[in-house]
Amino acid sequence: MATAHTKTLSRIMNLPSIILLFIWMIVPLGMTIYYSFQRYNLLTPSRRGFNGWFNYEFFITDPAFFEAIGNTLLLVTGVLAITVIGGILLGILLNQAIIGRSIVRILFISPFFIMPTVSALIWKNMLMNPIYGIFAHIAEFFGANPVDFFAVIPLLSIIIIVAWQWLPFATLILLTAMQSLDQEQQEAADMDGASTLAKFYYITLPHLARAITVVILIETIFLLSIFAEILVTTNGGPGTASTNLTYMVYNRALLQYDIGGASAGGIIAVILANIVAIFLIRAVGKNLEA
Amino acid sequence: MGNIVLEKVNKCFGDVEVIPSVDLDIKDGEFVVFVGPSGCGKSTLLRLIAGLEDLTDGKIVIDGVDVSDSTPAKRELAMVFQSYALYPHMTVRKNIAFPLKMAGMPQDEIDKKVMAAAESLNLTDYLERTPGLLSGGQRQRVAIGRAIVRSPSAFLFDEPLSNLDAALRVNMRIEITDLHKELKTTMIYVTHDQVEAMTMADRIVVLQAGNVEQFGSPLDLYNKPVNRFVAGFIGSPKMNFVKGKDADEFNAHEIGFRPEHMKVSTTKGRWKGVVSVAEHLGADTFLHVKTKEVGTIVTRSDGEINVNYGDTVYVSPNTDKIYRFGADGLAL
Ligand SMILES: Nc1ncnc2c1ncn2[C@@H]1O[C@H](COP(=O)(O)OP(=O)(O)OP(=O)(O)O)[C@@H](O)[C@H]1O
Ligand SMILES: [Mg+2]
Repeated sequence: MATAHTKTLSRIMNLPSIILLFIWMIVPLGMTIYYSFQRYNLLTPSRRGFNGWFNYEFFITDPAFFEAIGNTLLLVTGVLAITVIGGILLGILLNQAIIGRSIVRILFISPFFIMPTVSALIWKNMLMNPIYGIFAHIAEFFGANPVDFFAVIPLLSIIIIVAWQWLPFATLILLTAMQSLDQEQQEAADMDGASTLAKFYYITLPHLARAITVVILIETIFLLSIFAEILVTTNGGPGTASTNLTYMVYNRALLQYDIGGASAGGIIAVILANIVAIFLIRAVGKNLEA
Repeated sequence: MGNIVLEKVNKCFGDVEVIPSVDLDIKDGEFVVFVGPSGCGKSTLLRLIAGLEDLTDGKIVIDGVDVSDSTPAKRELAMVFQSYALYPHMTVRKNIAFPLKMAGMPQDEIDKKVMAAAESLNLTDYLERTPGLLSGGQRQRVAIGRAIVRSPSAFLFDEPLSNLDAALRVNMRIEITDLHKELKTTMIYVTHDQVEAMTMADRIVVLQAGNVEQFGSPLDLYNKPVNRFVAGFIGSPKMNFVKGKDADEFNAHEIGFRPEHMKVSTTKGRWKGVVSVAEHLGADTFLHVKTKEVGTIVTRSDGEINVNYGDTVYVSPNTDKIYRFGADGLAL
């Protein structure tokens, strides 16, 4: 059905949704770019006007800026590492014939359905609280000093929380990929004298390459903009120890009322996301080709 | 060496007994073919020998060593799967080298062996391609290459040609036969195809419902089938069977005669009937003749005979070539 006629027709039929999506994207982007060149602070709304590159300069020269970029990248890579490695291990485990496998699978997937704010609050108040959290009780039981997670290792704590939320997603995708692994290939490898480890390395892992790529790409999109978990746990602190780029933009706009500066930060975040995307597509995108 | 002995081999999947009890003695260097109807346990028996399934009971002895509990790799057999089971992300070279690499052979030795195998299988031009870019016949050869590089004591084939077209099948059949002559290694070959079985085998195992019905040379099976099942299974078109007074005449419960041992005449003969199907193949003519007395009889005549659908003909069996069976189905 690829005649010239059907092609034009399908283009025309597609047009309304494409136009709508384009407006959806270009209007906010245009406004953000516009504001990023404006002096516009909600505390002094009358002093508006063109500001040149000042907002960008101000945002970039902020000592918290590079820390925020570092935190953003650490958060993304940390969660990716935990979810991909953990997802592969859990996938292997759940792929075994164990009793009550379907129930265990559902249990594993459930964290993914919990709202980020809720899960972050549960982690903060029930698990990681240095006084009445479960981890504190466990530490005390063994006679150790409880760790004040959000004060001592704020970023790592957030990485753990976010990884807990995303682990089921990675596990699910990787498990599905594992189930499509050809049985006869495994048997052929058995006949060829491959050990369990060799079979994993030479057969399972290459087979999973595409699924791992999908997990990395999708997770990266969401992890670059982690916000709720930071807001309800550390508020970006102590100091700026757990502030990522998203949180820094929020801080500018809604705590310092600096719309211009926040817009400049937003544009920088967009640029950073694109750089990451280009690197990612270069590094792992070829796995997606058939 | 590749002497494989099965002693009272038994296999159950849960409650289902697939192989009740099989005894076989496969000699070193023999080409043995397993045939039988679909679901009779050919693949299961092959996988038991390979070690891909655990025995429920019995013993498998290879070259005097009991391997019943050994892993597949320890048995030093090589298997070619119906789906080829090549490793899709490895090049042809790496596929063929894989078993050697797993055995920890030094790289230069691996290269030499892979080259030799590739040359003997006409694969040298394709070594850097992945299996996805090869034709069915080439994939088949890669699978065979992967099997031969490590000089196993026996080869196991599970319907290796069933995914190929007719012409390629004939070629590969000859290539595998040549390979057997050259390597003189024991081969066990599972197939549905009568022609493959008859042309390739030194000896054929006929299986039914997990039981060995007969184990013998192709012509033995054709000329002296031990029972009605083997008689009906070997030969194409199938043997005709007749019961009743015609059988009594030969002192048997049932008699059988092959289509190629029938006389067709338009004037006189033992049974009169009407041609319901006439297959003119050029070299042969197959007729399906519907008779009143003994049902449909299939005949095979040399060359072209001028009989068509709806014609009345007389058919008579060649009485020297009649197979006689008792009430228990065994040959008399
Ligand atoms: N893993 C299994 N679990 C349960 N039953 C099985 C299993 N594998 C095979 N069977 C049963 O064992 C019987 C023999 O199967 P097998 O695959 O050996 O047949 P086959 O002779 O190779 O048939 P085909 O010619 O169709 O390949 C079949 O009835 C099949 O349903
Ligand atoms: Mg089979």
